[in-house]
Amino acid sequence: MDAFLSAFVSILFHGLAYAMILYVISVGLSVTMGLMGFVNLAHGVFAMLGGYVMTTLMNRYGIPFGFALLAAFIAVALFSIVLERLLYSRLYRAGELEQVLFSIGIIFMSVALVRYTWGALPQRMVVPEMLRGSLDFGFRSFPTYRTFLIIVSFGVIAALWLGIERTNFGAQVRAAVDNRRMAESLGINTSKLFTLTFALGSGLAAFGGGMGADILAINPQYAQDYLIYFLMVVSVGGLGSIRGPFVAALLLGIGDTACRYLVPEFGAFFLFAAMMGILLWRPMGLFGKA
Amino acid sequence: MIFKWFNAEQGSAVERFAKRDRLNPLELLPWILAIAAYYVFPSYLPLGSQILLTILFAISLDLALGYAGIITLGHAAFFGVGAYSAGLYALHVTGEPLSGLVVAAIAAGILGLLSGLVILRTTGLTLIMLTLAVLLIVQEFANRARPITGGADGLNGIAMLPIFGVFRFDLFGHTAYWYCLSVLFVMWIFGLLLVRSPFGRSLTGVRENITRMHSIGAPVRRRLVTIYTISAAMAGVAGALLAQTSQFVGLATLGFERSGEIVIMLVLGGIGRIYGAIVGVVIFMIAQDSFARANPAFWSFWVGLLLVLIVLFARGGALGIADNLVALLRGRKK
Repeated sequence: MDAFLSAFVSILFHGLAYAMILYVISVGLSVTMGLMGFVNLAHGVFAMLGGYVMTTLMNRYGIPFGFALLAAFIAVALFSIVLERLLYSRLYRAGELEQVLFSIGIIFMSVALVRYTWGALPQRMVVPEMLRGSLDFGFRSFPTYRTFLIIVSFGVIAALWLGIERTNFGAQVRAAVDNRRMAESLGINTSKLFTLTFALGSGLAAFGGGMGADILAINPQYAQDYLIYFLMVVSVGGLGSIRGPFVAALLLGIGDTACRYLVPEFGAFFLFAAMMGILLWRPMGLFGKA
Repeated sequence: MIFKWFNAEQGSAVERFAKRDRLNPLELLPWILAIAAYYVFPSYLPLGSQILLTILFAISLDLALGYAGIITLGHAAFFGVGAYSAGLYALHVTGEPLSGLVVAAIAAGILGLLSGLVILRTTGLTLIMLTLAVLLIVQEFANRARPITGGADGLNGIAMLPIFGVFRFDLFGHTAYWYCLSVLFVMWIFGLLLVRSPFGRSLTGVRENITRMHSIGAPVRRRLVTIYTISAAMAGVAGALLAQTSQFVGLATLGFERSGEIVIMLVLGGIGRIYGAIVGVVIFMIAQDSFARANPAFWSFWVGLLLVLIVLFARGGALGIADNLVALLRGRKK
């Protein structure tokens, strides 16, 4: 019984850490898809870039972890504004197929460019001295870094939810997701709003990618390898929703960890089957608008 | 001859309508080129067979994506199932190739029918995700069901019997080339008849305006499931050709790369016109063969850039550009 409980707790713990990373990376994607209906498969590229910026700053320039992570957030957010203004904004009115192809093109280019710049091997993630080892919680001890990761993610998520619920900017985003035309006729500049949201979402992805570098390894194939996970979070959660993806990320993170732990011989089989089931039951996702 | 072809498209609308289904001489050009290629590039026959069977795969995708507007990133599922079932059939039943094709078409078609019945209720991102989910589930199954599929090692030791008991598969790929070419030719005729039939026209209707098709009482979902099944079966035949000519089936037949690349090739040529599949695959695979050998790491950059440029500037692909050029020339002649 003790062994069972211990396995249960560690699945829950590691699943939670995994889910937090998935949520922080994907939440921006949900909002941008809900806002503009843009099918952006290349969202993972921003997470990957965040990971690369962070690890490079830490490993090559010796910049402390916290600052490197913040720098990754800012650098990627700024970069995404350039990309959005130059390229993405041209395709808002295009069909889904065009958007899918365009973002696949971005993924392909990122794979080659990143491999050219940083090489094909995964980036080393050196956890700072303070966060190594494990923390004793009395009944059990947990790895310090993962605990830290869960706490920080909760902080970020709380800030994000408060921001969306309580600030003027958040109210505008919600209005635009609900009904873009109405929001526009009330004088909300949705195009500017979208650029800002896009930047914030990409920055968060970079933050998540950097922080989660020891869960989702930073390598040139990143955007392609984990694409399905980010998309699952968003489509199962419901486009445009902020909370839906949180629930989806929890299901996915804990479910995936449990599958790997309990039935490794089936791989991710049950996970994909479950996703199929949920999407067939609720095509717009668990919390999507019908 | 080319100018005559241009003129043939002019004239009254009625004349054009009457002629629209007639085979125009230019449509035989690819076949003449394919036969010529056999004699001109004898050392490139294995690549040639690869190109031919990929064209078949691209045509199958064009039926679903180009004509019916079903956006799928999981078409490799059918290609892979076709390849595996042809491989297993050859290993455990008989190495007779033609019946292998039939078996592969049936297996892939059944998967297409079953998955189509459930996933084609949805649209947009959900549909894309579900096509991916089907691919991932099949992939995971092939990877884990080691006793049946060989897992990561794939199916080895496939031995094929001669076609009709006469034409032996040789080391240099002569028979394989003709075999692929003939199968492609038959499938091409079938595809042309299909898209030019009333059924094919109604698919275009579904793609262009699904609401109107619903309101005129067309059985939209049944049409979509039907074409998805046909498309899947055809992709299965393409997969079977790969299994039979390379005598090996690996997990790569079910890869996401294959799914993605085939969409890219089709878009590169131009979607919704059958010939886009031919042009796109030929350009892509020849470029890949020469480029990727020189600098494999950067190949994906060029593919990505090309995709972005096509989406931004040339939605019709290579044939779309050709159309525009023709229109330009004609305008000048007047």
